[in-house]
Amino acid sequence: MSGGADTPADPRDRLPEAIPRLRAFAISLARDVTLADDLVQDTILKAWSNMDKFDPASNLDAWLFTILRNTFYSGLRKPRREVQDSDGFFAATLSERPAHDSRLALQDFQRAFGQLSPEHREVLILVGASGFSCEEAAGMMGVAVGTVKSRASRARRRLTELLQLDAGEDLFSGTDGATQAVVLRASTAAR
Amino acid sequence: MSGEQDDNSPRRQAIHAQIDENLKRVYALAAAEELPDRFKDLLAQLKARDAADKAGGGDGA
Repeated sequence: MSGGADTPADPRDRLPEAIPRLRAFAISLARDVTLADDLVQDTILKAWSNMDKFDPASNLDAWLFTILRNTFYSGLRKPRREVQDSDGFFAATLSERPAHDSRLALQDFQRAFGQLSPEHREVLILVGASGFSCEEAAGMMGVAVGTVKSRASRARRRLTELLQLDAGEDLFSGTDGATQAVVLRASTAAR
Repeated sequence: MSGEQDDNSPRRQAIHAQIDENLKRVYALAAAEELPDRFKDLLAQLKARDAADKAGGGDGA
C-alpha cells in the first residue's frame, strides 16, 4: 500500500516521530509538563481530524507547532486550571542554586528562561533552538518576519538582563561543556 | 560606554551564541524526556477508529 519511500504517504503515520519535538516545544512554552501533555494531546486530536488540510509537501512540525501554540494561547485566555504549578518542569530541574561562579549554569538559564513571557519563550525556542527560519516562525506565529526578528532580539536582551550578563564580569570565560554536561546529567538524574 | 547595546558587538555576539547554545540544551532536555504512553495509546485509538469507520459503513463519514 505504501509507496515504499522513507516518508510515509499518510502524514498521520509521521505523527509518532514528531511527538517528542512537539512535546519539547509544549514544555518550553507552558513550563508545566501536565499542561504540556494536555496541549500535545489536543494537538494530536486536532491534527488527526484536520489532516486533509495539511499539505504533505510542507513542514509537518511547523504545522503541528502552529496548532499547539494556537491551542496554548487560546487556553491562556480561559481561567487557569487549579493544578497548574507555576514552575513545573523547570522547578524540577533546579537543585540548590550553585554559587555564582564564572559558568552560566543550566539551572540559572532555565530559571531565567521561565521568567520570560510566553511570546518570548516561543520565539526563542522556534528560531534559537528548533532551527526554524524567521520566515517559518513568522508563518507559525502569524506575524511579520520583522516582528519575529525584533521579538527575538528583545527576548535575548531580556534573558541577558535576567542572567545579569551585562554586569561586566566575564561570565563566559569559564564556560566548559564538560561541566555543563555534568550539570545536565545531575539535573536529569534528580528527577 | 562598552557598546553593549550594539547587536553586532563581539560581546553581544558571544552572549547571543551562549543563549542559543543553552536554548538548544533546554529544548534537547525536554525532547529527551520519556514520552508518556498516553500518546501511543491515543494514536492507536485514532487509528483503530478510522479502520473501524472504513470497515463499517463505506460512506459513513
